[in-house]
Amino acid sequence: MPKDHGIGASPKRREDVRFLTGAGNYTDDINIHGQAYVYFLRSDMAHGKINKVDTEEASKMPGVVRIFTGADFEGVGGLPCGWQVTDKNGDPMKEPAHPVLAQGKVRHVGDPVAAVVAESLEEARTAAEAIELDIEELPAVVDMKAALTDGATKVHDDLSDNLCYDWQFGTDTETTDKAFAEAAHVTTLELVNNRLVANPMEPRVAVGDYSRANDESTLYTTSQNPHVIRLLMGAFVLGIPEHKLRVVAPDVGGGFGTKIFHYAEEAFCTFAARQINRPVKWTASRSEAFMSDAHGRDHVTKIELALDADNNFTAVRTDTYANMGAYLSTFASSVPTWLHGTLMAGNYKTPAVQVNVKAVFTTTVPVDAYRGAGRPEATFQLERVIDKAARELGADPIALRRQNFITEFPYETPVAVAYDTGDYGATMDKMEELMDIPGFAARRAESEAKGKLRGLGVNCFIEACGIAPSNLVGQLGARAGLYDAATVRVNATGSISVMVGAHSHGQGHETAFPQVVAEMLGIDESMIDIVHGDTSKIPFGMGTYGSRSIAVCGSAMVRATEKIINKAKKIAAHLLEAAETDIELKDGQFSVAGTDKSVAWGDVTLAAYVPHNYPLEDIEPGLEETAFYDPSNFTYPAGAYACEVELDPETGEVTIEKFVSADDFGNVINPMIVEGQVHGGIAQGIGQALLENCAYDENGQLLSASYMDYAMPRADNLPHMANYTVDHSCQTPCTHNPLGVKGCGEAGAIGSPPTVVNAVIDALQSGGHKVEHIDMPVSPSRVWAAMNG
Amino acid sequence: MAEVTMTVNGKSVTKSVKGNTLMTDFLRDELRLTGTHVGCDTSQCGACNIHVNGNLVKACTMFAGEADGAEVSTIEGQANADGALNVIQQAFQDHHGLQCGFCTPGMVMAAASLLKENPKPTEAEVRDYLEGNICRCTGYHNIVKAILAASGQDVSGIAAE
Repeated sequence: MPKDHGIGASPKRREDVRFLTGAGNYTDDINIHGQAYVYFLRSDMAHGKINKVDTEEASKMPGVVRIFTGADFEGVGGLPCGWQVTDKNGDPMKEPAHPVLAQGKVRHVGDPVAAVVAESLEEARTAAEAIELDIEELPAVVDMKAALTDGATKVHDDLSDNLCYDWQFGTDTETTDKAFAEAAHVTTLELVNNRLVANPMEPRVAVGDYSRANDESTLYTTSQNPHVIRLLMGAFVLGIPEHKLRVVAPDVGGGFGTKIFHYAEEAFCTFAARQINRPVKWTASRSEAFMSDAHGRDHVTKIELALDADNNFTAVRTDTYANMGAYLSTFASSVPTWLHGTLMAGNYKTPAVQVNVKAVFTTTVPVDAYRGAGRPEATFQLERVIDKAARELGADPIALRRQNFITEFPYETPVAVAYDTGDYGATMDKMEELMDIPGFAARRAESEAKGKLRGLGVNCFIEACGIAPSNLVGQLGARAGLYDAATVRVNATGSISVMVGAHSHGQGHETAFPQVVAEMLGIDESMIDIVHGDTSKIPFGMGTYGSRSIAVCGSAMVRATEKIINKAKKIAAHLLEAAETDIELKDGQFSVAGTDKSVAWGDVTLAAYVPHNYPLEDIEPGLEETAFYDPSNFTYPAGAYACEVELDPETGEVTIEKFVSADDFGNVINPMIVEGQVHGGIAQGIGQALLENCAYDENGQLLSASYMDYAMPRADNLPHMANYTVDHSCQTPCTHNPLGVKGCGEAGAIGSPPTVVNAVIDALQSGGHKVEHIDMPVSPSRVWAAMNG
Repeated sequence: MAEVTMTVNGKSVTKSVKGNTLMTDFLRDELRLTGTHVGCDTSQCGACNIHVNGNLVKACTMFAGEADGAEVSTIEGQANADGALNVIQQAFQDHHGLQCGFCTPGMVMAAASLLKENPKPTEAEVRDYLEGNICRCTGYHNIVKAILAASGQDVSGIAAE
């Protein structure tokens, strides 16, 4: 019987009621009396020298309160990057200035040049049209390899070139070269990991407010991590001490990474509210989101895989160009390095792994973490080259993977990480069972009878979640700690508020987190509420990204609850006139072991706040505890995915006919929510593989800046229910956190793209087409061209 | 400015509006009915779906003035009279058909229209009907399942919640 409460149960989500009735409180739903509206005038060219921004006429337009330009931000800090990467020569990465409003040059379509604050958005927009811009167009820098050639146009004139860093990691060159020289077979593949836009359905919004009464600024913003924004904006951009700055991220309509970062519009609204002494509100249009939200992926890679005569992997070497865009977004530099290079061993015991990454500035929107962040890029290249190797060697792609699996744990990879636990054979077994691999031949024959090609693609992946520990990431260049925090506040009558540093923007923390506390205390989940998203209410936590919430913040919550239990037992011992060591807590009752004497949870909590009969000489009144948790290692979820595609050779159209995911997330708190996360991740992964592409032309114009041009997955693009199974029954609990959990938010987006592309190539090969690779999105035109090219 | 009168969620409303005021802005800013969301600017995402005279309409595609005299229904008017979730809303909660909740009002309004037109749709018909609604969180799986369940069809045999 499935559990009906506590850890492992799937209670209905409590947050759903407000969302289903229109009662959610998203940032754009917040309106403050007297607020003004800001419209950003953005560059329509990729690269240009700003000669003049003349706001004189525009300032006289109806409703205009004030117009700001880059000049207003001289003396104000720029947007900081949170991760210092050191290149292979030991030099720090190049870190160009990133002003809130453009100064001197515009560097991508969408770069904000001026900000018009007016009584209404319409008046602000109209006045912006009257701003006279004299911007001298400069050559766009779009292609990464061209950007690194001698004499290439520089994105930042004060830097020596467009190379942010040249990073090398893993096995040394001599050892790697030797492995390749001695290899019986080497498979090489060049590929692109397509640029994507995260596209949470809620566009970004910022509302800045300022109180003269106490000199306090408040920012309401669509963020995954309000404390990170408070720290970055307060300390590095605006110089506001943290006790005078409150950041609130209320209901947030999806994030997927793109709402981690500190954006210019947040700093602007906070700054301007103080300047004009009025609240200032900005709401992005979707087109504006496309040209100002940090993009994702955009890697160009050559990967080589060396094998010995027995098909054992002996070395992997990669050479990647990673697009940073025009400026370094908050965590941009860490994505192609520490979130990508460290995963390059995959699920395999390859003894030599070397990763080379050149990060490049271009005149495009900054690129940063998007669901998976580096891990999808690592998985895609590794699993594609393994598939190609299997074909070249005539090996079964499943058997070749199994033969090279890591089977003993803990396992230290050549790329610095130590996998604590896993069972890759088990997830592969589960995938094979659910996929009915033996039935594939018959299904292929059925497709062929209809004139279609059918392909089977498999893929294995490992990810690293809950990036930590802080002392290690500090050595690697992180400018922040990566712990999280929780405060468990027990009220006098026994109800509980848990203030958490994690932020829920779709993940269902308000439902899942109480399951853990309820299980530990043996009380009803309805007595427990989660508070998140407001720096004035919660302890300093790092927010939600990288599938970290339950593994890191959940662990902090466990530690705080343990402190509560320890103190409550002392109080219970006093009330029961027994020794503390004899007190047991079960089902919300404290009892003396071996007796029928007990007191209820509520009796103890009341005693803590009405301490008439209380051990005041030994312990303080009250029942509230905080814990900060800094993990000793990443967690390492892993999985095996498979899909079957049908390909119409007449049109090149690909449809997904069958899809299976077999994940190992360790222990699972709420299976319903976990499966929901996987469904969403798979949809985004299939979107990357078949539909989505953020496209620039050679002039740096953004061609895909609306849902008319950027193909979001819709309901009929995804596999139907009868042919689709997500499974997480393989569970090897994490060995180093108290819940044994690993994280599930990104798995689907990491596991799906190579699965789909492997299946497409298999389909083409089955039809006699000697196609080894098609870059994503594998659109009908690209498939047709590959078949007929 | 022109005066418009319409019935919104059963209540008569009269307001002065500008000719270019979109229905989305009228609902959100004038009536403070913020459950109708704006997710795009090209009428693609469906987060602003409402019912006008019983028809499913993307509120971003009409001016408030065009709704003069109309019966308008929004997500705020969908719950049962006693405040409980209606059948569709309840099915979305039962089957985890929402995550961040931003597209959800539009999905619920679309589902209501679908089930009015086609009380027992097939899975393919549900997916086809949702062509005008984008969700980025759920992968649609549980939305489709919720709509089938709301139509009274047995979804217990469908693997994966």
